[in-house]
Amino acid sequence: MEWDWDFVRQIMPTLLEGVKITILATILGSVLAAVVGLVIALLRRSPNRLVSRPVAFIAEFIRGTPLLVQLYFIFYILPDFGILLPPLLAGVIGLGLHYGTYTAEVYRAGIDNVPRGQWEAAKACNLDARQTWMHIILPQAIPPMIPALANYFIAMFKETPLLSAITVLELMNQAKSVANTYYRYIEPMTLVGVFFLVISLFSVVLLRWLERRYGRVGE
Amino acid sequence: MAEPIVRIDSISKSFGAFKVLDGLSMQVMPGEKLALIGPSGSGKTTILRILMTLERIDSGHIEVEGEQLYHMSRGQALVPADERHLTKMRQKIGMVFQLFNLFPHKCVLDNVTLAPMLTKGVPKAEAHKRAMELLDMVGMADKARAMPAQLSGGQKQRVAIARALALSPKIMLFDEVTSALDPELVEEVLNVMRRLAEETDMTMLLVTHEMGFAHDFADRVLFFDRGRIVEEGKPEDIFRNPKQERTQSFLKKIIAAGHRV
Repeated sequence: MEWDWDFVRQIMPTLLEGVKITILATILGSVLAAVVGLVIALLRRSPNRLVSRPVAFIAEFIRGTPLLVQLYFIFYILPDFGILLPPLLAGVIGLGLHYGTYTAEVYRAGIDNVPRGQWEAAKACNLDARQTWMHIILPQAIPPMIPALANYFIAMFKETPLLSAITVLELMNQAKSVANTYYRYIEPMTLVGVFFLVISLFSVVLLRWLERRYGRVGE
Repeated sequence: MAEPIVRIDSISKSFGAFKVLDGLSMQVMPGEKLALIGPSGSGKTTILRILMTLERIDSGHIEVEGEQLYHMSRGQALVPADERHLTKMRQKIGMVFQLFNLFPHKCVLDNVTLAPMLTKGVPKAEAHKRAMELLDMVGMADKARAMPAQLSGGQKQRVAIARALALSPKIMLFDEVTSALDPELVEEVLNVMRRLAEETDMTMLLVTHEMGFAHDFADRVLFFDRGRIVEEGKPEDIFRNPKQERTQSFLKKIIAAGHRV
């Protein structure tokens, strides 16, 4: 089998469509994971055990089961309960929930790293709980954890091919479909690898920059 | 005879098996400058932390300006205070910490204006003006835009004092505020506190190992040991002529360690 540049040119527009969806899914999934992670981290700290315990259990459950299974659940089983989601939305929710349980741990560590004296100073300043979180704790906790969060977002990016299992037309799915149409696999699959590699490398450079910019605690 | 501003009635507090405060009672008069001295672990810092509501008490009662701190009346009964009551009571009290605890992500000025703007709804311009007056008083007005990390320990502590004053508390708590400072920076902080004592009628409670300062500053000195007040009196009596054996041996050790009296 020989590498066919004409075939590459022919399938490129389709693959680029896939790249767009892959990047879109990653970005939306990352935003959702960032929010879900924060919510889980805060709820797990609730003094009310009826809140903190179930949240801890659910987070552990999601982290302990494969993303692929969860995607099937969201896309193929929820419709049985009347919840019918478009593929991309289902995929983003799956990615966001799954990675949210990981980013929750990042938030937890970041919040724990804020010295106890900051909580006490906030109390001595008579700030209420919401003001303490918004103005004192989170602004100090979040910058040092940005590199760790970005790391998970890169990992999430490389897992987006799983979305092809629920018919999202992301890069892997587009490549599969052209490959199945023309019975040529070498070009589409190689290009999938190249696209992921290039974007990953670019992300790693960005990550290094974030680490330099935010990675140092207490400055 | 005026009413005490703080009335502490047989409070106890344990950390695990360790009893820090053991049925302690004391009173503070309005405007009084009180120095709490004693060996570490004797409970003097815990008193301040309890007054700031950073620690809960296991038993007993505390009144501030005639109102219960940890309890509130519901009809005839006294019930544990809710967050709203604690917030109201905290307005009366300010605290300066050993390790300053400035907000490191905010500039000096924002450290001072934050709480008045958030908790009292003071407009920004007014909060600024007041903050600059306070920073001027502690000699830090020229550093208003500096970040805490750029300041020396003594400067940080002076900003922390301004921050606490910005909420105009009736009672100020100073928890070993010079213990974390290099020796040459201690005096600048003590000077600010002297001025504060002279120029305001604020009630001030001071936990300190600076015996010389306690001697000059305080109206009354309380010597703590093992969660109880062993001896109390005017500074000259406590420092020159301690009656209790434990007070004597503590002061002897402190002097041997190089502290001035």
